[in-house]
Amino acid sequence: MRKAFADLHLRLNVEDHATTLQVITEAAKLGYRLIAVPFSSETHGDEVAKLKVVCSEPKIDFASRIDLRPRTQNELVHQLRRLRRKFEVICVNCENKQVARQAAKDRRVDLLNFPLLDFRRRFFDRAEAELASNSLAALEIDVKPLLVLEGAVRIRFLSTLRREVAIAKEFHVPIVVSSGVAEAKLLRKPQEMAALTFLFGLDAASALKAVGQNPMAIVKRNREKLGSKFVAPGIRVIKEGKDC
Amino acid sequence: MLKRVKRRYLALQVDSDGVPSQKEFMDAVWSAVAKLYGEYGASQTSLALIDYDIEKKTVVIRTSLATLDLVRASLASITSVAGREAAVHVLAVSGTIKTLRKKVRRWFLYA
Repeated sequence: MRKAFADLHLRLNVEDHATTLQVITEAAKLGYRLIAVPFSSETHGDEVAKLKVVCSEPKIDFASRIDLRPRTQNELVHQLRRLRRKFEVICVNCENKQVARQAAKDRRVDLLNFPLLDFRRRFFDRAEAELASNSLAALEIDVKPLLVLEGAVRIRFLSTLRREVAIAKEFHVPIVVSSGVAEAKLLRKPQEMAALTFLFGLDAASALKAVGQNPMAIVKRNREKLGSKFVAPGIRVIKEGKDC
Repeated sequence: MLKRVKRRYLALQVDSDGVPSQKEFMDAVWSAVAKLYGEYGASQTSLALIDYDIEKKTVVIRTSLATLDLVRASLASITSVAGREAAVHVLAVSGTIKTLRKKVRRWFLYA
């Protein structure tokens, strides 16, 4: 069976219909089976439905995602309570250490993302990894900076990623590699994304897992939970009625 | 006795607005390898252009097996060729040109 690949971070402007369709078609052509686009917390259900229709044309699966940027732990908990059942993927952009720690231990968080170029605020250390390994959160790495940056900044970025990946491996925290791009020309095939991860020390098997198995597992798990028949992990309603 | 150098052939598809010349394309590849791995790293790749089809925008290059991952990462990092936005996609990798051509034919058949 062919492996399924997913890109959980396409930064699309849903208002720009032409570009959206172009990027989604290109993603399908390159071999992705599933994509996710981040929405804002004020997004209405019809916007998500509209994008689902756009994705049905090139026959690619679509997952709704939200990127949370809370300033405090309480704000994060409040937002999670409000939005968890509305979106299939929840990513937390950790702007400070308290939020990072709370996000890592909260089982409602799917992805942990850190400021790309503010290296002092990338809080993915051993303590963070240990918390994340006990919950369900995965470390998300966008490859866009590797494509657009040059020189000293890219060197620093690669060295930071190498350290974070080593920590994630040590604590068995799943890694999800996403594109983080908004243009079709910057999209890469899943195998090429895996090749890029060679730059920060991921082996071939883990790299393919980071583009395929890990993101697919997150979406599958959440879809199951958001379904009407879900009761608890491993328990679901199979029949209802008087004859049960 | 000297160990035989194992090689790999890569079939590539250039996705760009214009059609870059052979030299422009190879300059972009060398520059990407040198940017990521430096001149010392680039010297170990034994990169060579084997074939360039302007019509189909497909290219065949050769590299040593030991530096295949390095070359693949560099190819994925190319964002422009001759000043124009571009992406280079790997269609197939093989140990012989004959098998590579078979794989590419199959790829175009099912694409």
